[in-house]
Amino acid sequence: MESCNCIEPQWPADELLMKYQYISDFFIAVAYFSIPLELIYFVKKSSVFPYRWVLVQFGAFIVLCGATHFINLWTFYMHTRTVAVVMTLAKVLTAVVSCATALMLVHIIPDLLSVKTRELFLKNKAAELDREMGLIRTQEETGRHVRMLTHEIRSTLDRHTILKTTLIELGRTLALEECALWMPTRTGLELQLAYTLRQQNPVGYTVPIQLPVINQVFRSNHAVKISPNCPVARIRPLAGKYMPGDVVAVRVPLLHLSNFQINDWPELSTKRYALMVLMLPSDSARQWHVHELELVEVVADQVAVALSHAAILEESMRARDLLMDQNVALDLARREAETAIRARNDFLAVMNHEMRTPMHAIVALSSLLLETELTPEQRLMVETILKSSNLLATLINDVLDLSRLEDGSLQLELGTFNLHAVFKEVFNLIKPIASVKKLLVTLNIAPDLPEYAVGDEKRLMQTLLNVVGNAVKFSKEGSISITAFLAKSESLRDSRAPDFFLVPSDNHFYLHVQVKDSGLGVNPQDIPKLFTKFAQTQSLGTRNSGGSGLGLAICKRFVNLMGGHIWIESEGLGKGCTAIFIVKLGMTGHSIKSNLPLVSKMSANHVHANFTGLKVLVMEDNGVSRMVTKGLLMHLGCDVTTVSSSDECLRVVSQDHKVVFMDVCMPGISCYEVAVRIHEKFTRRHERPLIVALTSTTDKITKDNCMRAGMDGVVLKPVSLDKMRCVLSDLLEHGVLLEAI
Amino acid sequence: RQVSLIRQSLFDQGFLDEQFIQLEELGDDANPNFVEEVVSLYYRDSVRLIHNLEQALEKSPLDYNKLDEYMHQFKGSSSSIGAKKVKAECTQFKEFCMAEYREGCMRTFQQVKREYTTLKKKLEAYFQV
Repeated sequence: MESCNCIEPQWPADELLMKYQYISDFFIAVAYFSIPLELIYFVKKSSVFPYRWVLVQFGAFIVLCGATHFINLWTFYMHTRTVAVVMTLAKVLTAVVSCATALMLVHIIPDLLSVKTRELFLKNKAAELDREMGLIRTQEETGRHVRMLTHEIRSTLDRHTILKTTLIELGRTLALEECALWMPTRTGLELQLAYTLRQQNPVGYTVPIQLPVINQVFRSNHAVKISPNCPVARIRPLAGKYMPGDVVAVRVPLLHLSNFQINDWPELSTKRYALMVLMLPSDSARQWHVHELELVEVVADQVAVALSHAAILEESMRARDLLMDQNVALDLARREAETAIRARNDFLAVMNHEMRTPMHAIVALSSLLLETELTPEQRLMVETILKSSNLLATLINDVLDLSRLEDGSLQLELGTFNLHAVFKEVFNLIKPIASVKKLLVTLNIAPDLPEYAVGDEKRLMQTLLNVVGNAVKFSKEGSISITAFLAKSESLRDSRAPDFFLVPSDNHFYLHVQVKDSGLGVNPQDIPKLFTKFAQTQSLGTRNSGGSGLGLAICKRFVNLMGGHIWIESEGLGKGCTAIFIVKLGMTGHSIKSNLPLVSKMSANHVHANFTGLKVLVMEDNGVSRMVTKGLLMHLGCDVTTVSSSDECLRVVSQDHKVVFMDVCMPGISCYEVAVRIHEKFTRRHERPLIVALTSTTDKITKDNCMRAGMDGVVLKPVSLDKMRCVLSDLLEHGVLLEAI
Repeated sequence: RQVSLIRQSLFDQGFLDEQFIQLEELGDDANPNFVEEVVSLYYRDSVRLIHNLEQALEKSPLDYNKLDEYMHQFKGSSSSIGAKKVKAECTQFKEFCMAEYREGCMRTFQQVKREYTTLKKKLEAYFQV
């Protein structure tokens, strides 16, 4: 045998075992080579792998191991020394790398393990978060449901709709089998089934309110689970075969308006509650979840608020309806009152005329009769008739005056008059009667009292007469003194007129009149009643005095109208009495000292005025009057055109006519209408002719109507030459007639 | 002189009043016979009015408003010339008219006519002189 540099295998070649070893080695090598390839492939694919260096090491280790095993394949047979060297090299390298790897792995494997734990931890965390998210989501959904429910509930102010909607929405949101609302009855002792979800018309089941389960629910403001067998829950026949679903009840506070405070939610024990019962579907395994209970509680509160709003609205609607009814009633009452007043005024207006006319006829004719030849008996009879009719006339006048006074429709007729003369006249009137009764009457007028004053002469005299007349009437003996002077603030020391103040002014003065008598006097307690209508003190001497009891009442009203005050002082019965009144009168200018109308003053100045060529239009339907008026005006120099009808007047009237005289009693269109039309025709004042009415009656109504129609003056027919002259000069100078009647 | 006597008697007896004097004053150079013209117009007017009144008074029932209207006219004319007595009777007639007193109206109307005719005769006599 030649010596080859071969190495003998360690063990003798055993054919079968060798074969197996050979094959295993081969496969190991293949695997060892493929593993790194796989690793590289997959690591290249994955983006996260922190330990590449380890991989390289591991790869090297495996490759070398593989190489080792691969080379081992050759050692099964005779192999050259190179192969052995390579083998040894490979083995050495493998040993080095594997040791290095082993050392490296000591560091790495704990890390890898901790990664695993962290992964587990994170997975747990993720699961937990998932759970929480689920919870939040359900809560959010619950919130959404609540909002939607609230919106539905609060979108209406009708109590019935609120409750019905609540039940429907709750039923839908929570998928309930049944939902019911029990309201307390009026007596408060029972709960009555008011609304249900499924049943259309709940029959009036009632349940006493004092059940323990109900008390339990009312005590807490949470939703409480109750047994499905309790009376409030047993409202439907059992539908399912098995267990009825869980039932929950919650209280709904019913707020009264009176205890609805904005800032503090009342926690009174005497509150009324309604009961809301919710049933889950039977035969389902559903349980009441916390969030569902919360939902129910919130809804119950919202319902309470919505109901209170509905109650407030109902209340205000009711109040408004009540007010409207009251308004209607008041309106009706007002209209009735107005009708009554109008009826009374009409009555008065008619009666005024109707009653006065026959009265005047009676009085006038009786006085006329007295002037004829009569026997003494006849004379006596006629005198009695006259006296009675005078009384009656006075009474009628008084009543009518008083009614007008109360109406406020009486106006004082102001005029300039002689004040001193008024007193003297009253004195003269009363003296004969007083002397018959043997009473002494004295009159004292203060020297500083103005002689002339502006006021209502007739009514002042009426007041004075009444007061003095009373003094005479109620005195059987003694004296009566009438004093008149200028009132100053000091003279008002009387406490009976505390609210009467003298207002000093330049144009007015206060007249103070005092009538003192020594007669029967008045009980101080009766003094307030003196001035009331129709009341007469029933003291001894007064029953025969007659009179209606209106006198003082009327005086009081006249005095008040004149801006004054009237009162009576008396010490008591039998001690006489003093009547005092103060009235406000206007002061006259110093220039006017006479009582004559202004017309004559004017006539003195303008008697020589020339009216030549003055164009005048006369409207008069009576031929004779027309001719007379025309002649009058032509005599004064005017250029007169006459018309006999209103139409003609309106046709003919033009800017050239300076004055239009029109008769008040024209047939057809009234003269007022004509005046208005003339105003319309000539809008500018200097173009318009002056309009004067000619009338045969002098009452205030005609004057008022004329003035209202826009006329510039009123003249009484028949017109004398002088009067016409004054009228024309007045018109031309002032553009309006100051005083013509 | 006779004229003034007659004239004075007319005033004294109350047939005429101041209005007549006014009318007389209105006569001047332009219209010397103003008064006569007025009076003749008055006669013409009155005839018509009296005729209307008579017709109205024959109706039954009486239309007092119409009567009042006519009488108002007549009264107006009479007062324009100063016929005092006639005017007084007219006033009386109007009173009875307002009281709707038929008998009174009839009676007063007769008086009105009487006074009117008397006045007319007297005035004619006056103017002739």
